Amino acid sequence: MKQFKHLIKPYIIWASILIVVPLILIVLYAFTSDGNEVLTLHFTWANFAKFLETTYLSVILKSFRLGILTTLICLVCGYPLAYIISKYSEKVQSFLILMVTIPMWINMLLRTYAWMNILSDNGLVNNLLKMLGISPITMMYTDFSVIVGLVCNFMPFMIIPIHTSLSKMDKSLIEAANDLGANPFQTFWKVTWKLSMPGVVNGVMMVFLLSISTFVIPKLLGGGQYMLIGNLIESQFISVGDWNFGSAISLILAVIILIFMSLMKKMDTQDD
Amino acid sequence: MKKNSKLSGLYLGILFFLMYLPIGVVVVFSFNEARLPVRFTGFSLKWYQELFHDRDLIQALKNSLILAISSCGVSAVIGTLGAVGLSRIHWKTKGVMEYISILPLMIPEIILGMVLMAFFYMLNLPFGMLTLLIGHTVFCVPYILMEVKARLVGMDPSLEEAARDLGAGSFRAFWDITLPLIMPAVISGSLLAFAMSMDDVVISIFVTGPRVSTLPIKVYTQMKTGVTPEINALCTMMLGVILLVLAVYLIMGKRGKGNKRDEQ
Repeated sequence: MKQFKHLIKPYIIWASILIVVPLILIVLYAFTSDGNEVLTLHFTWANFAKFLETTYLSVILKSFRLGILTTLICLVCGYPLAYIISKYSEKVQSFLILMVTIPMWINMLLRTYAWMNILSDNGLVNNLLKMLGISPITMMYTDFSVIVGLVCNFMPFMIIPIHTSLSKMDKSLIEAANDLGANPFQTFWKVTWKLSMPGVVNGVMMVFLLSISTFVIPKLLGGGQYMLIGNLIESQFISVGDWNFGSAISLILAVIILIFMSLMKKMDTQDD
Repeated sequence: MKKNSKLSGLYLGILFFLMYLPIGVVVVFSFNEARLPVRFTGFSLKWYQELFHDRDLIQALKNSLILAISSCGVSAVIGTLGAVGLSRIHWKTKGVMEYISILPLMIPEIILGMVLMAFFYMLNLPFGMLTLLIGHTVFCVPYILMEVKARLVGMDPSLEEAARDLGAGSFRAFWDITLPLIMPAVISGSLLAFAMSMDDVVISIFVTGPRVSTLPIKVYTQMKTGVTPEINALCTMMLGVILLVLAVYLIMGKRGKGNKRDEQ
């Protein structure tokens, strides 16, 4: 079917213009100065040096802290859920997994906004507290509200890969471990957990990547002053207008993600 | 295998409750008469009425629909041709090209958004519907490409060869044999892309112009000011549309699978 080879041409043109060229452009921006004129190139490291200022460094650290915390919470809450789901009969399993995926289809804004309804100063939780006679708590625009939003938005990305590897697992291995005298804890730790590792690695990777690069959720649930890497990039491009610095931050974010992915891949292959 | 205990059932219930509670709250309070989401004071449709009188909002909805339909259309053509083409070539660069084809789904949205913004600025394109359309194809094409590619893998190549042997031209063979066979994948991929386009906030914020806003952008800017019943109503309607698209997508997917089984 060699005649169809030329069919790929429009796709190649599209991909190179809209994916490859812009990515090269950003790398160029990150290493140059003088505003947005690409044609007059002044190579510099200044954009990266700017990053070492404490204000920006603290933004990176905060993003890391929140990203790791979100990933951990998702893992700790999501793993048991995936585990429980995998114990049901196949029909129930596919229904429950559908229930997990439906929220992923619902607009991220909407899910985030829903939490604003519940957590805001005159929201659902504070009204319940008032009825019980407890003084209201400020939950919006804190680390707490941002983490709640991140965890709820990204939880399905943890549950689904873990469930996939748990349901593929050979059940006779567990029986074998039991027969050989392992207690339930040993069986879980030495067999089930080890075998579900690929799913765990995938889930951790997804959730961490999503939570470290987000900017809409922290902006809505953390308020305008709340700064994570994503917000920093957005403000550099939309309000400050320092595109060179913005590109440098994105490049650093991309490098962080690449390092993280290769680390996780290594962990995965070691377990094999 | 041990069966699930009551405790694990309870855990399941609590987590699902937490997952669906916020959405439920939005839906319930969109029908609430009172302005504050404090107590349910009575059933009312007045927030929906207000929505329909908001001209900016209707315009944003129109923009979103036009954008989603046109970017889906363009992406369906590029993505389908790309998938068919990719399955036919045996170049050394094939691996790289396949990697590039899913790159837009792997790069964080925010980086994709700013990359496109810088690129369009350099090209001097006027920010507005055109840049939105081009920007949306960047993430729509991969969805369609992936669906069609998966479908092509399961397809019997001898069908097309038979058509060629029986004297059909290459165009005819593609049009009469290949295209109808991959059509379910094209449609389900397009639906997925449509939903993503209707849903997209991050990339749209970067590539839109000052005067053009899509529904998600409009919702996003309004949300920054806080919770209002109008947004509850709007979100409920969006939820309805999404669930409808999802249902169609699932039914299409089941039909696609059914067809595959028939062929075997």
